[in-house]
Amino acid sequence: MSDDLVLEMRDIRKEFPGVVANDEVSFEVRRGEVHALLGENGAGKSTLMNILYGLYRPDGGEIRLNGKPVSFSSARDAIQAGIGMVHQHFMLIPVMTVAENIVLGIEPHSGLLLDESGAEQRVRELSERFGLAVDPTALISDITVGQEQRVEILKALYRGADLLILDEPTAVLTPQEAGELFEIVRSLQADGKSIIFISHKLNEVLEIADRITVLRRGRTIETVPAQGATEESLARAMVGRDVLLRVEKKPAEAGDVLLAVQDLHVSDDRGIEKVRGISFDVRAGEIVGIAGVDGNGQTELIDAICGLQKIESGTVTIGGRKLTHASARAALDAGIGHIPEDRQRRGLVLEFSIAENIALHDYAKPPDAKWGWLFPARMVQRARTLIREFDVRGGGPYTRAGGLSGGNQQKVVAAREIDRDPSALIAAQPTRGLDVGAIEYLHRRLVAERDEGRAILLVSLELEEIMSLSDRILVIYEGEIVGDHTGDVSEEQIGLEMLGGKERAAA
Amino acid sequence: MSDPGPTPSPEQSAETGTLAARLALKQRAGGIIVPIVTVLFAFVMSFIVLAATQRSFHTALLAFKEIFEGTGLNWIFHPTTNLITSIAAYNLSQTLLETTTLILTGLAVAFAFRCGMFNIGGQGQYLVGLIIANWVGVDFAGLNSFVHILLAISAGTLAAAAWAGIAGVLKATVGAHEVITTIMLNWIAFWFGEWLFGAGGPLQNSTDASNPVSNQVSPGARLPDFWGPQGFQGLHIGIFIALAALVVFWALLNRTTLGYEVRAVGFNPDAAAYGGINVKKNFIRAMAISGAFAGLAGALDMLGGTTNYQFGQLDIPFSQVGFLGIAVALLGRNTAVGTLFGALLFGALLYGTNHGLGSGSVIQPELAGNLTYIIQGLVVLFVGADILILYVWNSRKRLRRKPPAKSTKAAQAPA
Repeated sequence: MSDDLVLEMRDIRKEFPGVVANDEVSFEVRRGEVHALLGENGAGKSTLMNILYGLYRPDGGEIRLNGKPVSFSSARDAIQAGIGMVHQHFMLIPVMTVAENIVLGIEPHSGLLLDESGAEQRVRELSERFGLAVDPTALISDITVGQEQRVEILKALYRGADLLILDEPTAVLTPQEAGELFEIVRSLQADGKSIIFISHKLNEVLEIADRITVLRRGRTIETVPAQGATEESLARAMVGRDVLLRVEKKPAEAGDVLLAVQDLHVSDDRGIEKVRGISFDVRAGEIVGIAGVDGNGQTELIDAICGLQKIESGTVTIGGRKLTHASARAALDAGIGHIPEDRQRRGLVLEFSIAENIALHDYAKPPDAKWGWLFPARMVQRARTLIREFDVRGGGPYTRAGGLSGGNQQKVVAAREIDRDPSALIAAQPTRGLDVGAIEYLHRRLVAERDEGRAILLVSLELEEIMSLSDRILVIYEGEIVGDHTGDVSEEQIGLEMLGGKERAAA
Repeated sequence: MSDPGPTPSPEQSAETGTLAARLALKQRAGGIIVPIVTVLFAFVMSFIVLAATQRSFHTALLAFKEIFEGTGLNWIFHPTTNLITSIAAYNLSQTLLETTTLILTGLAVAFAFRCGMFNIGGQGQYLVGLIIANWVGVDFAGLNSFVHILLAISAGTLAAAAWAGIAGVLKATVGAHEVITTIMLNWIAFWFGEWLFGAGGPLQNSTDASNPVSNQVSPGARLPDFWGPQGFQGLHIGIFIALAALVVFWALLNRTTLGYEVRAVGFNPDAAAYGGINVKKNFIRAMAISGAFAGLAGALDMLGGTTNYQFGQLDIPFSQVGFLGIAVALLGRNTAVGTLFGALLFGALLYGTNHGLGSGSVIQPELAGNLTYIIQGLVVLFVGADILILYVWNSRKRLRRKPPAKSTKAAQAPA
């Protein structure tokens, strides 16, 4: 058995000041296997891989590669031993071509000059062999993110990698690109390469992996074959308790219209019309989900409702108040709550404390302030209550928001928006980048707020999230609503409409 | 340790945030140690320069002793006794006069910085304060002294606020960068003063048409001295106004909704706008408040000793107090307490090197003048460089603790 093991990591231990990132972690990979490494943020996946890749020295434990003990002191050693790593953030030089990037550092020469055509030739061979379609002569700045990722994979293969580490490879990809990546992974596997696939997405791990190792709080919880594992069993191993993946909710009891959009037209900052005549209502006690591929006008639609983007024509009505050319302030005062899609760029001032962030909308109103004078103690008091209520972990009222994990940052944002008691709550990609436990919490909270009688507008790129939470689903495509479903509707139908299948759907 | 996919880690997003956010992050990481080390480093370098040029360790030591005594800070060791005391006391009063001005020009830079803007226009705003305070201080003679002083100070402060506000308006409306506009406004203020008080100018003195200088501020509008020998330029009450300004700065930023808006805009204008804050209004308002601090510095200088405005001879239009405010604020981390200590350091340097070395007893006077600039320059250089020091410091820590994108790039590149 052990002779077909490419990699064995035994009892790996790594401590950082105050944290044991890896606590006697064991992990192995067979030849030609896709082995998924699954765990929540902070479970120790990246630490383990950085040790394997020679970026960290382990404090204890043993690494064997093809049966021989190894000790890497740099990434260069790891690369020479046949390990390749594709990071989440690509490291390519935009002004150079695909081929130049791939051969960088070990260029083929003809005399003193770079053998440009030789490099292109070898890149072409590699890309054909593994079905990684890229044009070797294209500039990096001109290719898509999915193609950049292929270049990174080619770079690793060019350096002779037999064991490939893919660190959260689908995080930056569209669903289509992710599908293509899976095909590439399968063709690499067919060629005898071994692949470590790091992820915290359960469905894709089940789809691509042969075996799955789950880490939790720096320890190995289990290694299981993908066959026979379920999302529920994996989630339980990851989080350490039963996780409700399906959201339980009662049928909606819709009331008055609290948010209405009438024939809205909005252009983006470059003057391109992104929202082209959208109308819909959201009633108290219902969740309306907007499904769509990224960039079809969702951002501009939300910004226009919240007074953050100029409206060309049409109206927005919040709680009966018409706010057409209103400021963000006016929208907030009319009762909008908004969990923005980018919590770090917009939802939080990372340098501010949690207490200051919670005051971001209402800092100028009692009890936070009176006559322009702030009362920080009251902010802190409110923050303390909300931190408890929303179970924000990792800090108190004075903790800098930037120091919190993504899930806890999102809880701070949600706490602020819900605590304002908004009549209409807009949740834009509320669970993006969060781990299973935080997603579960936010989903339950959104349903609870719906039951409180708020009108909730959910915008998400994750179709599954839309499907499981929404009482009514609208599909947006190129700035128009192309689908409107209240009853049962299949994922396929919505997927088709998301890709512009309006004509086909009508036919 | 792994980050969620599409969400960059806090550290990374701060890297791409505003200047103020990046600076705040680096400075917090450095704590109080880095500015202190910076200053020590600058002194050590100056000492090496001195010792090398004089080819004598001893001379360099003596020169530093002269500088120290030139600042008058030795007064605290023997505050009551002999002749040295009165010389030291006088020197100290002069150092504190410089400090008064630098506190305010430092606050001017710091306040704009907290709103994410770089106000290079402190010098011009200071000049506007000088000019307007001179005009009000010369005219309106015969007013009640208290009223006259208050009027002159208010006028100088408000005029400078309006002056700086121009840069804020330009930024808010057409997006003109404040670094460019404030530098331009510096020169406009400079030549405006030259025209006002120059030959044939509307505010030239009324006695000698060949002398391009203003009238003296009327005695009733002068700030009373409270420390120093009679007949000399002593320490006037402006220092208390500057100290009060430090408190106002702190309270304004940390205890008012205005300050909350300023800080939110400074750290993250996108989040501020999302929070319902009018970002453009804040650019204009913060720039005006920033200018008010610099204008107050000018008004106090005019009413507290200089008393007239003269182009060319007098060093005021050529002084660099507005620009030194940048170094003061940077060293002081854009906080009230930091600005106080930064101003004290630069005030002492400014007067101590000029005056202490100027005596020529240790090194030749013509050399001393240049050494003054060298030492001041080194301190400013190292204050600027501490951002670099912090950067190196932080990347070291990043490498050790958690090497994502940046450091792994370095590790991978040679492969």
